[in-house]
Amino acid sequence: MIEWINVLVQGVLLGGLYALFAAGLSLIFGVMRLVNIAHGDLIILAAYLGLSTTIMFGVHPFAAALLVLPVMAIIGYVLQRGILNQTLGPDILPPLLVTFGLSVIIQNALLEGYSADPQKLSAGAIETASVNVGSLTIGILPLLTFAIAVAVIAGLQWMFYSTALGRGFRAVSDNQDIAQLMGLNKAHVFGLAMALALAVTGIAGILLGIRTSFDPSIGGGRLIFGFEAVIIGGLGNIWGTLAGGVILGVAQTIGAKIDPGWQVLAGHIAFLVVLAIRPNGLFPRVQH
Amino acid sequence: MRSPAVYRATRASRIAMVVAALGLIVLAAAPWWAGRADLRLMGEVFLYLSLACLWNLMAGYAGLVSVGQQAFVGFGGYMLFALTIFGGLPPIAAILIGGLLAALLSIPIASLIFRLKGAYFAIGTWVVAEVFRLTFAQIASLGGGSGTSLPVGIVRSLADGRSAREALSYWLALGAAIVVVSAVYLFLRSRRGLALTAIRDSEVAASGLGIDIWRTKLEVYVVTSAFTAIIGGLIFLQKLRISPDAAFSVNDWTAFVIFIVVIGGIGTLEGPIIGTLLFFLLRETLADFGTIYLMVLGVVAIVVMLKAPKGVWGLIRDRYDLELFPLSYRIKLNDPKDP
Amino acid sequence: MSDPILSLSKLNAYYGDFQALYGVDMDIHAGEVVAIIGANGAGKSTLMRSISGLMSNASDQVRFKGEAIGSLRADEVAYRGLALVPEGRQLFPSLSVEENLMLGGKVGRAGPWSLDTVFELFPVLQERRKQASTSLSGGQQQMVAIGRALMANPEVILFDEISLGLAPVIIKTIYDALPGIIGGGMTALVVEQDISKALEVSSRVFCLQEGRVSLAGATHDVTRDQITAAYFGVVA
Repeated sequence: MIEWINVLVQGVLLGGLYALFAAGLSLIFGVMRLVNIAHGDLIILAAYLGLSTTIMFGVHPFAAALLVLPVMAIIGYVLQRGILNQTLGPDILPPLLVTFGLSVIIQNALLEGYSADPQKLSAGAIETASVNVGSLTIGILPLLTFAIAVAVIAGLQWMFYSTALGRGFRAVSDNQDIAQLMGLNKAHVFGLAMALALAVTGIAGILLGIRTSFDPSIGGGRLIFGFEAVIIGGLGNIWGTLAGGVILGVAQTIGAKIDPGWQVLAGHIAFLVVLAIRPNGLFPRVQH
Repeated sequence: MRSPAVYRATRASRIAMVVAALGLIVLAAAPWWAGRADLRLMGEVFLYLSLACLWNLMAGYAGLVSVGQQAFVGFGGYMLFALTIFGGLPPIAAILIGGLLAALLSIPIASLIFRLKGAYFAIGTWVVAEVFRLTFAQIASLGGGSGTSLPVGIVRSLADGRSAREALSYWLALGAAIVVVSAVYLFLRSRRGLALTAIRDSEVAASGLGIDIWRTKLEVYVVTSAFTAIIGGLIFLQKLRISPDAAFSVNDWTAFVIFIVVIGGIGTLEGPIIGTLLFFLLRETLADFGTIYLMVLGVVAIVVMLKAPKGVWGLIRDRYDLELFPLSYRIKLNDPKDP
Repeated sequence: MSDPILSLSKLNAYYGDFQALYGVDMDIHAGEVVAIIGANGAGKSTLMRSISGLMSNASDQVRFKGEAIGSLRADEVAYRGLALVPEGRQLFPSLSVEENLMLGGKVGRAGPWSLDTVFELFPVLQERRKQASTSLSGGQQQMVAIGRALMANPEVILFDEISLGLAPVIIKTIYDALPGIIGGGMTALVVEQDISKALEVSSRVFCLQEGRVSLAGATHDVTRDQITAAYFGVVA
């Protein structure tokens, strides 16, 4: 019994990481209806930037985040204004294919720069530290990851509904032309949205890099986890995304408990089951 | 007043037919004039051409942008191995039955992932491909995660001698390409093909005309899945070895195929052909550079998508008004001096 | 007379291959209220889109206070002091009434209009400030749309079909509020299919027909017959 409770708790905490993978994806789709196929590769890019920063300056990965996050944000802004804005329109093919191309470019650039060897961010004692709750042992790092995920999502929610920036995001999402009439330059607003999304991606990348080893090829898998969390939770609901991440995480840890080879497969199956019974996700945004 | 003439075939398209017929004869004779490595390369070209035509039919005409076609390539490959090893079927029968099974399997899959719209559909297809990969990796009798080779006995049953087998494998690839290209062409000229074009141009207007959009897309998805699985079977008949990572590789069976179609010209029949030739030209020239070559490919695809979304063929067609596979009707106004 | 605040010279506008405006010339002076009338498809909305920057034109075809703005984006035009009340109101459904108004004030120009003064003009909006803009009646939505444009404290305000789809009593309320808006010396272009409303508030009138100016003059000078001819393209 206690074993299964442990599996459940581990799954919930793992879900926090998946929610972080998903949050940026969700934000971008919400503001500009763009699905970024390169999202997973950008997570891995952030992990590698973290790696280089820790090595170059000899700092802790958390300190490296202070550099990685702004760099990711700048990459996001430049990417959006330089390339992605040109792909937005009624046709879904251009953004899809261009981000697919970006995915291949990032993946191979990382291969070229860092080789295919697995890497890991070393965070020291925190990696193995744990607290005991009753007879459960909970790792500090997964706990911290989950707390960060909750904080990030609460922050995004607050930004979206209570700040001038969020007002601009919602206005542009509602009606680009009219938003432009109000003095919002949509190219800039989209750039800011992508900058913010990639900053969140930066957080996800560093936490991923501390938790597990990574190599340039695993971006696609992270994109899929994020995507599954978004769809399970329901499009347009950021708290739903957290719930989606948790469900995915729990499904994976249960699968792994049955057979280690089943971890990822169990997550995909949970996703397909949700798609079969609740095509709009478990917590879709209430339509006005 | 005489009515204007409406026609499809053009001078260029008729010349193209003749050239194509002559070219096919030359290609069919390749086992007698080409070296072993070249023969293998040409076989690969034809298989990629087939995959590109099929993906183009889905994405360029039916609006089903999939990044998960590797699901069916790998499935077809695995069916070849499973049905020959456990079912005792001859390889070619196994490949065809693999196509049939893929068609059956694609129906429940479609009923799930067709619920996802646009770009989310794309990622959904990828999830399905991952499910396939992880599932086949669990099947110990097919070598699990490390894969398996086609037993020598089965390989020998194809034809006597290595060169005969290689020739057969080449002819199968050439034949598959001819079948796929002609099937896609004839389909697009048919009533259903017109329905598809109508859907692409405007879903609302098409449904107003009584076209069942969901059903039309489903038909395309099922047929494409079957053909893709057959091509997958042929690919792994050439390779003689299969593993989950090779069989369900998103780079090999989807990324390259997408680049081929985008660079050549999406939504045209000529595009995949030109794209395949350009792709192999690039690959053979830059292959030594490994990852750099893939980055170049990515950059080229992005530039084409942004600057010339109709691809290389689109540029040629706009400039010379050429159509090698006449799909559109043309109107020629008769002599205006005629009263 | 002083230089015009807004001046169109030989304005052409296209939707792809389709030409919607043919060489439209128009001079608007500060403080004027000008009516633009015309049948459906005459090019009125295209004219509004061109002036406001939603459609891009040759740079010197539209001048605002002497500056060529024809090729500027809508947000750049907005910062210069030109606001549009778009046809069909087009509020942001994800934003509350108050947020819609605040977004209107984003350009941050100084002037008499603020949340308080807009609420003074349309008191009903104050009660509904926290509501979703979609929960309002058509007339109230139109008030938000007008208030949103005013929040920018523009020098020129364009009204595109503000009576469209509203009940006569609501139209009256809104038009009764117009002098309070324009009285402060604001320049206004009023586009209407409802000719009598447009003529009532304006001092000059332009009539468009198939993308061309078919009539221009002081409102009290033009006759009904002239308008009918210019509007429908037939001599009555």
